[in-house]
Amino acid sequence: MQNKKTWKVTFRAFLYLLPMLIIIGVFNIYPIFKSFAMAFYENYNMFSGENDGYTLENFNILFSDEEFHEALTNTFVYVLFVTPISIIISLFIAIMLNNIKFLRPVFQSIYFLPFVTSTVAISIVWRWLYHSNYGLINYFLGLFGIESINWLTSPDWAMPAAIIMSIWKSLGFNILLFLVGLGTISKTYYNAAKIDGASTWQRFRNITVPLLSPTIFLVSIISFINNFKVFDEIYALFNGQPGPSNSTITVVYYLYKKFYTEFDYSVAAASGIVLFVIILIFTLAQLWLNKRFVHYR
Amino acid sequence: MKYLTGKTATYILLAIGAVTMIIPFYWMIATSLKTAGQAVAMPPAWIPDPFQFGNYLEAFEVTPFGQYLFNSVIVTGLSTFGEAITAILAAFAFARLNFYGKDVIFAVLLATMMVPGELFIIPNFVTLANLEWINTYMALIVPWLASVFSVFIVKQQFQSVSDDYYYAAKVDGCSDFMFLWRILVPMSMSAIITMVVLKAVGSWNAFLWPLLVTNDTSMRTLPVGLQAFTTEAGTRFELLMAASTFVIIPMVIFYLIFQKYIIRGITNTGTKG
Repeated sequence: MQNKKTWKVTFRAFLYLLPMLIIIGVFNIYPIFKSFAMAFYENYNMFSGENDGYTLENFNILFSDEEFHEALTNTFVYVLFVTPISIIISLFIAIMLNNIKFLRPVFQSIYFLPFVTSTVAISIVWRWLYHSNYGLINYFLGLFGIESINWLTSPDWAMPAAIIMSIWKSLGFNILLFLVGLGTISKTYYNAAKIDGASTWQRFRNITVPLLSPTIFLVSIISFINNFKVFDEIYALFNGQPGPSNSTITVVYYLYKKFYTEFDYSVAAASGIVLFVIILIFTLAQLWLNKRFVHYR
Repeated sequence: MKYLTGKTATYILLAIGAVTMIIPFYWMIATSLKTAGQAVAMPPAWIPDPFQFGNYLEAFEVTPFGQYLFNSVIVTGLSTFGEAITAILAAFAFARLNFYGKDVIFAVLLATMMVPGELFIIPNFVTLANLEWINTYMALIVPWLASVFSVFIVKQQFQSVSDDYYYAAKVDGCSDFMFLWRILVPMSMSAIITMVVLKAVGSWNAFLWPLLVTNDTSMRTLPVGLQAFTTEAGTRFELLMAASTFVIIPMVIFYLIFQKYIIRGITNTGTKG
């Protein structure tokens, strides 16, 4: 950093910052405040901007809406299954990939594939895999004598179907981040542990987990945030519907529905605020846990 | 011996996992090449016979995938290019210049990363409606021309380039702007490519936003067009799979070309905590 802080340099710096600041300002920062305002407007007209002042009524409507309760419950079920299961599986795959040399690039490319694929396109593929009569999954289950499951048409199986597909889809990115983290752990720790006669499990428990904890923490924060925002998977897997008899409606789907099909802008904005607060609480809780348990070198 | 069995077990487990990852893709391509009758055959046919390439043509006839492809290429190309430019310029200011308000601005930008993007949707829709941009490329591109995450990735990389290059360039009479494009950018290619690939993948696959701002068929991007096509194709899964393949393959190729830069790029930007 060589320049002295002067108004001249500040002016030049802002020329460099300007394009980014305009876009972020108009489309990311202004909407934060505007969303909050919208959520509290009474009788809001989206296009004229007219409203009758501020009210808490929108949140009243939201919290007494049975459908929003379902959306909240479903979102939590989804997040609490997908996030930990995906993290555990991807951690083990990353550790195995990190231990081999031969064929490693091939395996890596295969595991990363779902990460670059369109959620909509791959959800349509899974719709086909889940097909009650002609689906590959029911065919495999049939080989083990398990009766056909109505994955996408039974309200009991719709959420498990969405969860299984999402775990499959999210592995690649998590593995990528774990591999980067594992790459920073020096082999000398493992060699020393081997000389001391530590078992595979002990090495995992006492070297890999503590030294990888910053990455585990990062992956868990990113996954929690992303999974709370689930929408594309649901929309495409159930052909635009939130599952059979609303069984997989999520908070973002609820927001979409209120906003786009029911034109209830203020309630939609209110549901967005609730989602934001939930994510904020989860992130702050994790930052607190991070301070207590994560090991930094 | 024990070492060998450990390795073998690792390979077997990885292979089982890899097959699980690849089956949906294989099944998509296989089904896309089957006749309507063979697609629903039980037990399933693993290899299409005969290869029914006509499914792709039929999908193209039923729905304007050529137009969707064109839209997706334009939107992904321009928004990725634009975001790279805004990120490089902003990253330079944060990494190399010392100015009033720097810490405050950077903190505010980082704070916006905490907010779920879904919260922006409604106000942004209103903004675009007021600009009369709904159903135009502007709506699909302009809101996505900058991202704090991209600025962050590029800035981290710029900061790792030694100050000596800057002094040397200054002595040779190089302006800041020339230094940025002639020296800093070429030296930071792996971070920039990482940013570009992540952005392009995200933009190509984006669904909710294009769904909201386009109701005209001619403005749809591939994912939105594909979702609409499912209604038209109904139960013709061989056509649906052909269309899905068509949406997925370009990004897979794009990714395979650049994947070696990505691991390097992410490593350099320090997820090390």
